Amino acid sequence: MNTATIDARHLLCPLPVIRTQDAVADCRPGDHLQVVCTDPGVVHDIPAWCRVHGHEVYAIERSDNEIMIGIQVGEAD
Amino acid sequence: MTEQRKAVALISGGLDSFLAARTVMDQGVHVEGINFYTGFCVEGHTHAIREKDRARPKRNNALWVAEQLGIRLHIVDIIEEYMDVVINPQHGYGTHLNPCLDCKVFMVNKAREWIVEHDFDFIITGEVVGQRPMSQRKHTMTMVARDSGAGDRLVRPLCAQNLPPTLPEQKGWLERDRMYGFSGRSRRPQMALAAKYGFEDYAQPAGGCCFLTDRQYSIKLEDLWKTRGRREYDLDDIMLLKVGRHLRPRADLKLIVGREEGENRFLEGYRRRFVHMLPASHVGPLVLLDGNTDTNAIELAARLTARFSKGRDAGQVTVEINDRDGNSRMLAVRPMPADEIPADWYL
Ligand code: SF4
Repeated sequence: MNTATIDARHLLCPLPVIRTQDAVADCRPGDHLQVVCTDPGVVHDIPAWCRVHGHEVYAIERSDNEIMIGIQVGEAD
Repeated sequence: MTEQRKAVALISGGLDSFLAARTVMDQGVHVEGINFYTGFCVEGHTHAIREKDRARPKRNNALWVAEQLGIRLHIVDIIEEYMDVVINPQHGYGTHLNPCLDCKVFMVNKAREWIVEHDFDFIITGEVVGQRPMSQRKHTMTMVARDSGAGDRLVRPLCAQNLPPTLPEQKGWLERDRMYGFSGRSRRPQMALAAKYGFEDYAQPAGGCCFLTDRQYSIKLEDLWKTRGRREYDLDDIMLLKVGRHLRPRADLKLIVGREEGENRFLEGYRRRFVHMLPASHVGPLVLLDGNTDTNAIELAARLTARFSKGRDAGQVTVEINDRDGNSRMLAVRPMPADEIPADWYL
């Protein structure tokens, strides 16, 4: 299992979702992806994108003005 | 066994794209959604920026529609390629700077490339004949199919019965009778169909799907092109046009004034790119200066900054002025009285 981090700070939705989507395309099932963002909209949009594509959000952590969303990549079909 | 047919649906996040995709899904076709991000989409941004909008539940409507349909949604960044559509539309603009016809051709063409790459069979859109003045007349719909290269692989399920049979109909992948013959501006048939599916709470954009249909936004974009002497933009330019109050007190100077905390925070992200100021003696907005920043311009901008601060009625307001390298200095000015600001300074 690999873990990758994506810097999506200062990007506004849907760009963080698009960056996540591009990164997931290079992952294997079970890999972890950590997306670091500043737009509060990501707490809705990234989990929604994960739900429709079958990936699991295992963490949403907020610190000063930053949000980290942890994703476990699902099975490709 | 018959082969599972696959279609990609252009999902804007509105009702029509939901219904179009759903109509095709009901006929046993595997459908996935595609959504194009041009940078002008109404989605998200201003809601994310403005404090007063934060309380409202914020969602990406295209993702929400995909979830209601239970389909995948691919969001595609077309910011760079789309610039040519906005700057040089072959078929001109709609009421404002919306190049709807060229935009449709461009997006359907992108979807066509996508289906080739992903081995899908056809494309679905939620267009309805006669619904919009420019881009959804019958002959323009034929033109979009032709010029995008999608041809008879482009299906509009909501008005399919008014259009020539498409390839999926000819091949028997779709039954024409199980699609619709909607036309004109009335939304009633779509609303009735939505009720049948129990689909509620959908987004209803007033003018269209993007900021280019907005009069005020188009004025600001025209102004940007005119003062630069070139019709061009980058993503930051078009983001900034969505934020704050824009004033042009001189041909060579524009001010972007944050209207509240959320906007000030967003504008702060641009402090290395613009000379900017904010009141030091009173509470007030962050202001970016775009253009000439000679002594007169700085003083004029400082007086306007003071005008939009809590010290607007004070005799004097101290304004902090910051250059692009992070050096700052103070300037004490008299706030500009409201009646000295001509209405045509506001963009
Ligand atoms: S409203 Fe905007 S996104 Fe929609 S078709 Fe017109 S130009 Fe394209």
